[in-house]
Amino acid sequence: MRYLPHTPQEIDAMLQVIGAGSLDDLFGTIPKSCCCRLDMDLPKALTEWELNEHMDELASRMAVSPEYKVFMGAGSYDHYVPASAQYLTSRSEFVTSYTPYQPEISQGTLQAIYEYQTLATRLMGVEVATASHYDGSTALAESLLMAIRVTGKKKVAVSRLVHPLYRRVVQTYFDPTGYEVVELPFLQNGRTDIQALDSVEDLAAVALQSPNFFGCIEDLTAADKAIHAKQALFVVSFTEPLAYGLLKSPGSLNADIVCGEGQSLGLPRSFGGPGLGMLGSSMKYVRNLPGRLVGRTKDVDGRDGFVLTLATREQHIRREKATSNICTNNSLCATTAAVYMASLGGSGFRRLAQLNHDKAEYLKKELQRAGHAIPFDTPTFNEFVVRFPDGFEGRYQQLLEKKIVAGLPLECHYPELSDHYLLCATETASRTDMDSLVKEVGS
Amino acid sequence: MNKNLGTTGLILNEPLLWEKGSKGRTGFSVPESDVDASPLDSELVGDGPDFPDLSEVDVVRHYTRLSTWNFGVDTGMYPLGSCTMKYNPKTNERQARLPGFAGAHPLLPPQLAQGALELMYKLERYLDEVTGMQATSLQPAAGAHGELAGMLLIYAYHKHRGDQRSKIIIPDTAHGTNPASAALCGYRPVPVKSNENGVLSVETIEAVMDAETAGIMVTNPNTIGLFEDHIREICRVIHDKGGLVYCDGANMNAIMGIVDMNEIGIDVLHLNLHKTFSTPHGGGGPGSGPVCVNDKLEPFLPVPRIVEKDGQYNLSEDFPRSIGKLDTFHGHFGVMIKAYSYIMSMGAAGLKKASQLSVLNANYIKERLKSTYHLPHDRPCMHEVVFNDQNLQAYKITTLDVAKRLMDYGFHPPTVYFPLVVPGAIMIEPTETECKQDIDRFIEAMQQIAQEAKEDPELLKSAPHRSKVRRLDETTAARKPCLAN
Repeated sequence: MRYLPHTPQEIDAMLQVIGAGSLDDLFGTIPKSCCCRLDMDLPKALTEWELNEHMDELASRMAVSPEYKVFMGAGSYDHYVPASAQYLTSRSEFVTSYTPYQPEISQGTLQAIYEYQTLATRLMGVEVATASHYDGSTALAESLLMAIRVTGKKKVAVSRLVHPLYRRVVQTYFDPTGYEVVELPFLQNGRTDIQALDSVEDLAAVALQSPNFFGCIEDLTAADKAIHAKQALFVVSFTEPLAYGLLKSPGSLNADIVCGEGQSLGLPRSFGGPGLGMLGSSMKYVRNLPGRLVGRTKDVDGRDGFVLTLATREQHIRREKATSNICTNNSLCATTAAVYMASLGGSGFRRLAQLNHDKAEYLKKELQRAGHAIPFDTPTFNEFVVRFPDGFEGRYQQLLEKKIVAGLPLECHYPELSDHYLLCATETASRTDMDSLVKEVGS
Repeated sequence: MNKNLGTTGLILNEPLLWEKGSKGRTGFSVPESDVDASPLDSELVGDGPDFPDLSEVDVVRHYTRLSTWNFGVDTGMYPLGSCTMKYNPKTNERQARLPGFAGAHPLLPPQLAQGALELMYKLERYLDEVTGMQATSLQPAAGAHGELAGMLLIYAYHKHRGDQRSKIIIPDTAHGTNPASAALCGYRPVPVKSNENGVLSVETIEAVMDAETAGIMVTNPNTIGLFEDHIREICRVIHDKGGLVYCDGANMNAIMGIVDMNEIGIDVLHLNLHKTFSTPHGGGGPGSGPVCVNDKLEPFLPVPRIVEKDGQYNLSEDFPRSIGKLDTFHGHFGVMIKAYSYIMSMGAAGLKKASQLSVLNANYIKERLKSTYHLPHDRPCMHEVVFNDQNLQAYKITTLDVAKRLMDYGFHPPTVYFPLVVPGAIMIEPTETECKQDIDRFIEAMQQIAQEAKEDPELLKSAPHRSKVRRLDETTAARKPCLAN
């Protein structure tokens, strides 16, 4: 096997040094009663070339662009990724290193993450951002637990327009804690009913998503007042960070904690993972932040350098009193996001955000012109909800046969929204493809 | 230092991103618009993020230079104990990048995602087979997430039986993630000491296990690199009092095809695909931490689960006792592809051989270094061996000094000061993918460093000498944190 370098002669020589007769002898300390293993029933080993063929075949049974036109976002977005980004983050010095516990020989990862933290703070409008979390949902769950630590209160409110799968993850994290999650309903305009807060007391945090799951941009200014009047922390979640190329950042609108998913920043969708959990806040909460942080410092010769820092919050020092159990995070994904943000630059990021907005507006207007209802009249970024005619489900299935995925049916997450579909158009959607979608969905 | 791997190499300086570039440059080919511009309500519009504007060449040089300041497995031997820094096969990267996988939307209807679902379903079955457990969920995103999954499963199990419990037993050799994960489920960790042989005694567990205790989190092989030889009896003690046994599978690399975890009494176990199954660590992730269970815990596994009928794969939510979802979609699919690709390349015999050779390499290092470095537990080890700095104390040399000096010799240091029960621990895990010559060179470097400690201790205290930067001021970094520009 090409990954196992020892020759039989080398194995014998090493066994001799150890004083063992055979490889099996090395396991002599395992009691006989534990060595009960028969052969593992696994497929026969493939050569590299057989493996390629096998994997090509599996991958061929997936509906992807350009063969398929997938007008679906809902937390996973199709964006162009420059070849340079993938190339750079494939460099094995980044890929095959461990968590940078030995800073002298890990400065590449450390500076890259420090730069990621900086770009992430500028994007989210906060003072500090963590080195990464698993994805947008776990970043939200950890943000809410952090708010509970900061405030000492035991209840949080989460808008129903936060990604339904994020809310389910929050529920999983909260289930054994005894902390309570209440849900805020939404209004007919597709925004959160922030007034519903009036009847809820003792909140540690209130979480909104903007743009929300329906693609609508929340009124964060109003939310800020209402939430802070309740002495709760204002948490803003997101699934599409590109939106902040155009929109005011949540931090600039007084959010205390900003968290979300960074997949849009140069990561392939990869059937949902790995993504990038982003999380930031103001510096006053820094010692309550979950997860790793990289800080700038000097070496003994006075040269600039970077280290993992504030480790006293973390599990390997604080054990059960840590602010999180996270250890391995999504470092390479954060590096990729930094390369992507650096490649776009401030100017490019804004142009790309505007283009996303324009594309989705075009599709929205064309669908409207074809007679489909746009039920929520709040401005959106690059996705929006359409109400198709009653019983559209059959047509949706037919379109799948024609290699078109006409958005995400909302009914499974919002039973009251039958025939409502969440559609997305990014910079990758051509006008021709959008026109053909409009034609195919009929009127 | 003849033929020493370490040199200063060609190391260029590189400023911070925002100290480069100039306004108006771009490294991205923004598409021309083929639709009308549609301005957004100006109330909502902000200034956009303050990112530096760089050309593609600026970006490429920046990250290329940064990368050269890093040590990876592809650079050299990386014997970081408990982290299983084995070689990361390149074919795995190719497979994960296939457009059918990399471009797939996670919410595709199952009939349009059969390739991914089949891969995940089969990977679950293969992991069942490697561990001996009955069912696997691939949702946990990393090892600690797998631990959390395990704790949530145990919590759900007791809750379902109307027998909620408040404590969990955690040995003093455990990773810090163990108590932190247990605490997320509201469990109070009950620490127990390992005995003079470095393993748990049945009596120690008997003394603390009671009807208020949900179970035990045991790492096996443990972090001293020893197999918990009383594991069967310990499992029996836990089960007799209605508890469950969680095994931290971080060290599974030692026992593939050798120990059946289900058979020895484990109820739930997590694996690290980024350790045992060869997927790269990426400078700290992404990993993947599947959780494998026996029949007692299967009904509680995360949803959706992949189900197979007549060769068709589907996602099912129809598991009413499930703990729910652990991440937004299906977990780190991109990492799963690499682990699947590894298992398909190795086969059963290859995996077993990997375990055997990882144990061979660790024992070989143990034998050759034990006359130089103090070995607190002189017994045959599994895939890693723990020394300490006791023999060097006379020269006022610490484990940290040895670790830093190893960098000058061209090796990544071992894990240091862990496990906590061995003061000054030096935990070496060579893995099976290192060849004998490199292992010998590592041993010689360790021997020379011990010699230097006697003759020229200052050389160690001021190490490393050849890296991009030398020892860094971590105290000031924590006291006056500078976390962003």
